[in-house]
Amino acid sequence: MVTPPPLSAGLVAFVKRDCETCKLVDPVLGAIAKDEPLTVYTQDDVSFPTSVAAVDDLALEMSWHHNIETVPTLIRVDANGVEEERIVGWSRDQWQAFTGNMELGITLPGFRPGCGSLSVDPSRADELNARMGGSGLVTRRVDFAELEDDFEAMYDRGWSDGLPLVPPTEARVMRMLEGTTRSASDIVANVAPDLIDVTVEKIAVNAVMAGCKPEYLPVVIAAVEAICTDEFNIHGLLATTMSVGPVFVVNGPIRKPLGMNSGINVFGQGNRANLTIGRAVQLIVRNVGGGRPGGVDRATQGSPAKIGLAFPEDEEGTPWISLAEERGMEPGVNAITALCLEGPRLIVDQLSRTPESLTNNIAECLMTTHSKRMVYGIDALLVLSPEHMSRYVDAGWDRARFRAELEERLMVNTDDIIRGTGGIDEGLPADFAGMQLPKFRPGGLHIAHAGGPAGLFSSVFAGWVSGEKGSVPVTKEITP
Amino acid sequence: MTTVLDPTNEATPTQIDPAMRPESLAGLTVGLLDISKPRGDIFLNRVEERLTALGSTVKRYKKPTFAKPAPVDLRHEIASQCDAVIEALAD
Repeated sequence: MVTPPPLSAGLVAFVKRDCETCKLVDPVLGAIAKDEPLTVYTQDDVSFPTSVAAVDDLALEMSWHHNIETVPTLIRVDANGVEEERIVGWSRDQWQAFTGNMELGITLPGFRPGCGSLSVDPSRADELNARMGGSGLVTRRVDFAELEDDFEAMYDRGWSDGLPLVPPTEARVMRMLEGTTRSASDIVANVAPDLIDVTVEKIAVNAVMAGCKPEYLPVVIAAVEAICTDEFNIHGLLATTMSVGPVFVVNGPIRKPLGMNSGINVFGQGNRANLTIGRAVQLIVRNVGGGRPGGVDRATQGSPAKIGLAFPEDEEGTPWISLAEERGMEPGVNAITALCLEGPRLIVDQLSRTPESLTNNIAECLMTTHSKRMVYGIDALLVLSPEHMSRYVDAGWDRARFRAELEERLMVNTDDIIRGTGGIDEGLPADFAGMQLPKFRPGGLHIAHAGGPAGLFSSVFAGWVSGEKGSVPVTKEITP
Repeated sequence: MTTVLDPTNEATPTQIDPAMRPESLAGLTVGLLDISKPRGDIFLNRVEERLTALGSTVKRYKKPTFAKPAPVDLRHEIASQCDAVIEALAD
């Protein structure tokens, strides 16, 4: 922390040329300077004001240190350099009383409000806060050499997932931290595999790199809380050779102000929030938790979803309760659900006009997730598109009816999948013959609604080892 | 010059030397940790036969699930009861 530079005894004024009120008081400052010591700091033009010589504060150092929010500001400073009193803007009565000069500004209007100080201008405040040493951030600083390219330097240090990163400068990290009311030093979670406590500050650093806006930060924090639980088991997700990663579904009113996309191309490119929230979480797993491909991350083939995949549910386009509500959240609560999943796979049905026909087809498709021979142990997320959803809404089916009808059709005759049947070695051991087993464990099929208005296509994301022995989806409330 | 904030955990890895390798397993207690993958037990049964023939005392352990790290109590149990441990993957 830099010691604030002291003010000179007497009166001190802060002004800028780009302020009509400052121009108005220009001659007043000249009049004051005739009576007593006056120091005038100018924020934007050393030739202003004209009535008295100004001190250059174009770097805004004095303005920042002395908490100038408005120009003009007039401060009275005692002989020890201690501020006694200050007034802002122009009020003739106030300025006269402040200086004891009752002739001051008698030709001017009685009152004019001041203008914003450049030291609190939103476009400069973060940089100033960082430069003046007021950040309070404890993260280790890394200097890049003049001859290093910033972007290459971050690749060279192994921080990237393969895509370019936004350099996490102090100013950017401080701006990011404004997205949450939580203290930068709060510990959010313990991140596997290296079992490192991660602070809000460290999450913010990685969120900057991922390209997040500050308002996304509470979502990223909730997502980190969700995956760093024994239930979700991010360590297992990383270490498994199966190609799964954390996929996030966002519910609640926060989807709108964040500008998240639940419509056309919902799982694809083109939306900053959708793409960077998931990416920030993955960068935290990489950089804080130490989970890197080829290290603890042993995925045989991986998935584009492992770069980072978050999307909001289209709650407005259906009367059904949301995924978060089905999982116990109150309506209207902002929540994020982390699920351990592979990438999305299409379910095509362009001809079904009845809910029964469509459900039959969806069930048939779901039977093949991972392998038709894999039953009970793997969860899945079914994301119905608006056109498929309309089949159910038009017929008066609610979520519970749909789930019940679907699960009825998801019973597997084990005789069909015993090892060796159909010329396939994979399958259940022979002693499972003659049984009816559900494709998914109870509660293992998750349902959401998203996608563009046209297209008779839904999607399924299959999961990984489900339940206590593997990964259980976790829903967390998103708090400011 | 650009100054950025370190996104990593800033941890300095602790250097841990591997345990001394015994010259022979004869007469030692060897733990066999089944991580609960299918057919891990088949592999470990054979390892146990070979170790017993060498004169080792074999103790068997099992992780509750292959999908999560071994619980700390299990790791402590193995460390305090065995001179060496063999962990089996399978499939």
